[in-house]
Amino acid sequence: MTPPRLRIANMRSRLAGPFDLDLAAGECIAITGASGSGKSLFLRQIADLDPGEGEVFLDGTARSATPAPGWRKQVAYVAAESGWWLDMVAPHFPDLPAARAMAPALGLKPELFGGHVLRLSTGEKQRLALLRTLLPNPPVLLLDEPTGALDEASQAMVETILAARLAAGRSILLVTHDPGQALRLGQRHFAMVAGRLVAP
Amino acid sequence: MKPTIVLEAHDLAIAAALIGLDGLISLVFGLGLHRQLAVAAIRMVLQLLLIGVILTRVFALASPPVTLLVVLVMVAIGGREVAVRPEQRLVNWGNYQVGLASVAFATGITSILALTTALRPDPWYEARYAIPLAGIVLGNVLNAASLALDALLASVVREKAAIEAQLCLGATARQAMGGLLRAAMRRGLLPVINSMSASGIVTLPGIMTGQILAGIDPMEAVKYQILLMFLLSGGAGLSAVAVVFLAARRLTDARHRLRLDRLTETGSARGA
Repeated sequence: MTPPRLRIANMRSRLAGPFDLDLAAGECIAITGASGSGKSLFLRQIADLDPGEGEVFLDGTARSATPAPGWRKQVAYVAAESGWWLDMVAPHFPDLPAARAMAPALGLKPELFGGHVLRLSTGEKQRLALLRTLLPNPPVLLLDEPTGALDEASQAMVETILAARLAAGRSILLVTHDPGQALRLGQRHFAMVAGRLVAP
Repeated sequence: MKPTIVLEAHDLAIAAALIGLDGLISLVFGLGLHRQLAVAAIRMVLQLLLIGVILTRVFALASPPVTLLVVLVMVAIGGREVAVRPEQRLVNWGNYQVGLASVAFATGITSILALTTALRPDPWYEARYAIPLAGIVLGNVLNAASLALDALLASVVREKAAIEAQLCLGATARQAMGGLLRAAMRRGLLPVINSMSASGIVTLPGIMTGQILAGIDPMEAVKYQILLMFLLSGGAGLSAVAVVFLAARRLTDARHRLRLDRLTETGSARGA
């Protein structure tokens, strides 16, 4: 029997959990819930950004047996607030031609790469941060409100790309405040209530 | 050696009148500083008299353990200064440990190097040389360390999203924080570079001025000052590097996480 793409086993921290959840290849699980209920903490802990107890497995391999940087490349978390560490946009993308090629599919003008991060709108930053993570094609995506700052047209483009990734066997844990998006993308749906996953 | 001009109590009293002038300025312009000014002036006089008495005794004793004790006390006070300046504090007395370790490391290496190579008093740990030298090195070392530590702690809080974005893309903690570590070290080293560039033009350094006033040949005083500036820049570099790496180690862990949970904010900027 093949192990699930991602298995979360008794994962807990001081602030949230315990969590037990299996995510199959090609599956999207949507998580909704009030602000402060622990949705972001849940994703952060899977990505090993916060200390805690328990274990997570990717294709049967334990997170604790994988170096953290390698784990995060495979189980890629995209925060709701994007982070930028240089002034210009382009150097944030190791494979710039690939980034330029993919940008129109997210409604981003290729000219953006020549500019300053300071000039970007919140929505542009959010889509560029998603693009940065999508490019290496990681098997698991942990997305925290990926369309929170987007208009309807851009949101539809993002959802189209994510659906294509799911169809290609990638898996997504999606935190969203939008019940419509949860229905459109998620095969399964949970609500986060006070640091626990419950059926909606 | 006897200073050429010996200061008497009444000479100091005349100079003290200038503090009275400061007080008057504070009163006239409503600066509200006269109390602080009086307290600071009295503290300064008492502290210096006290250190004068202590140094006289310690020099007379010429006992290595006592010399070491005095230097250790100075280093401990310096380490505390480094710890309390930043608004962000590492938990579990982390600021104190990091401050003390970097100050002790930089002051120790720099002072011992100077005493055993350039100055070479006999014995090299003679209190008359070791204590003042450690003192002036310490002053610069703690300045560099506290600036670097403050810069690092403030920047990791401000740049949390940027650091974690890199971690999420598979960067190691060292890669994700590299730019901030370099900026913090640079911050620690800038003052000593500025003071080297300005020496002799904008300012006559305090030690050199003191030596010249005390009757030493200016060329001799200049040579001492050059030696000191090299020592101070070396000490500043060592302490900035040490404090940044020690603090960075506490801000990250083996799983390459940014551990801002190990920082607390004091809430109030430090007073005088």
